[in-house]
Amino acid sequence: MNLQYALGIAGLTLAVGIGTAAFAGPDEDKLVINDVIEMITEAPAPEHVKQLGTIYSGWRFRTDDTQALEADDFSNPAMLAVDAAAEAFSKVEGEAGKSCASCHEDVSKFKGLAPSMPKVVDGKVVVFEDMINSCRTNNMKAEAWKWNSDEMQGMVALIKNQSRGMPVNVTIDGDAKPFWEKGKEMYYTRYGQLELSCANCHEDNYGNMIRADHLSQGQINGFPTYRLKQAKLISVHNRFKGCIRDTRAETFKEGSDEFKALELYVASRGNGLSVETPAVRQ
Amino acid sequence: MKRATNVLAALSVCAASAAFAAPPAPGDVVYEDGAVAQSLTGAPGDPAAGKVLMNKGSGNCIACHAVSDLSELQFHGEIGPSLDGAADRWNEAQLRGIVANAKMTFPETMMPSFYKVDGFIRPGNAYTGKAPEGPLDPLLSAQQIEDVVAYLMTLKE
Repeated sequence: MNLQYALGIAGLTLAVGIGTAAFAGPDEDKLVINDVIEMITEAPAPEHVKQLGTIYSGWRFRTDDTQALEADDFSNPAMLAVDAAAEAFSKVEGEAGKSCASCHEDVSKFKGLAPSMPKVVDGKVVVFEDMINSCRTNNMKAEAWKWNSDEMQGMVALIKNQSRGMPVNVTIDGDAKPFWEKGKEMYYTRYGQLELSCANCHEDNYGNMIRADHLSQGQINGFPTYRLKQAKLISVHNRFKGCIRDTRAETFKEGSDEFKALELYVASRGNGLSVETPAVRQ
Repeated sequence: MKRATNVLAALSVCAASAAFAAPPAPGDVVYEDGAVAQSLTGAPGDPAAGKVLMNKGSGNCIACHAVSDLSELQFHGEIGPSLDGAADRWNEAQLRGIVANAKMTFPETMMPSFYKVDGFIRPGNAYTGKAPEGPLDPLLSAQQIEDVVAYLMTLKE
């Protein structure tokens, strides 16, 4: 923490020195969605990442303009996809003549599930995309959705949105332990020709600018996230893929065992922050 | 044996510079306490070309470092130290060593190694996310390393 603080101050001094508008560290803003849901964007770091001292939502590192988009559902561009998913939830598809609602009635039944995800079931890491496609192919006899499709990410966002505001609480021990350890190892592996790990940017340098980008802690409590740069909802695996690609590495695929383990680990680093889905980022 | 190879490599660098032959392969560069005494091209670099690399392509030094001399450019990073006065703090051989492979000077540094082609974990084909199709090129060529070093040598306070 002291080092981070020192780096932050040094950064601010430099930035002022060369006349660019950079601000070290997270800001002090509070996120209250629709003036009703008070979000936890800052919490004491969980025991397993206590080197962070305090964990912060990525929202705290964004500009005021970007922050404002997430604070109101009428201005949140991700809500179009969430609304579309709400319609799809009761749309009958597939040979079994069922919709999601045929078994799950109302999507609000999923309230409370997102904070515990991903979780390990029968020796495998289960993420929302797996659950949704399992329902579609086994129960509805419908076609699986592609990982990055608007339909899939909209549905993941709709389901996670039911738990918006609830603190993340991913289990890291028991059956989850080996996967969590694998994800942790990946987090600290310096991939690619640039030899960069997740930790280089998101643990050692959060709050600092890397060119025009204000580095956050890389928390995933707001995924799927509406990325303004891509103008759509982005899955967490797609973001992992892009980050590792940008180290000039041979990256991993969405839905790979590697990314599921990494998702479990990174999600656990946010234990205590509110589920923010669908967040809005730059 | 490794030491002998290094000496040979050093000799061949000298020979190469004398004869204007090809630059040493990244694996053949001799580091002494992190520094590289010999120019990789056998000739001084071009500071003007180096200045361009600070902002562009595989150089992009200001992604992480602030440089007052480049204040006309937007968005200087805060990851590494400011490069103002770099030439007061380091000599040319040290700067060449740091640009070519900073890990020889600072073992834990986050700084990429700009003149290195192997020893990576899952290296890719540039920024495609795919596996490489052949041997990797270094991030900067020998000439580009020398150009950046020549520019850094102008940063005095």
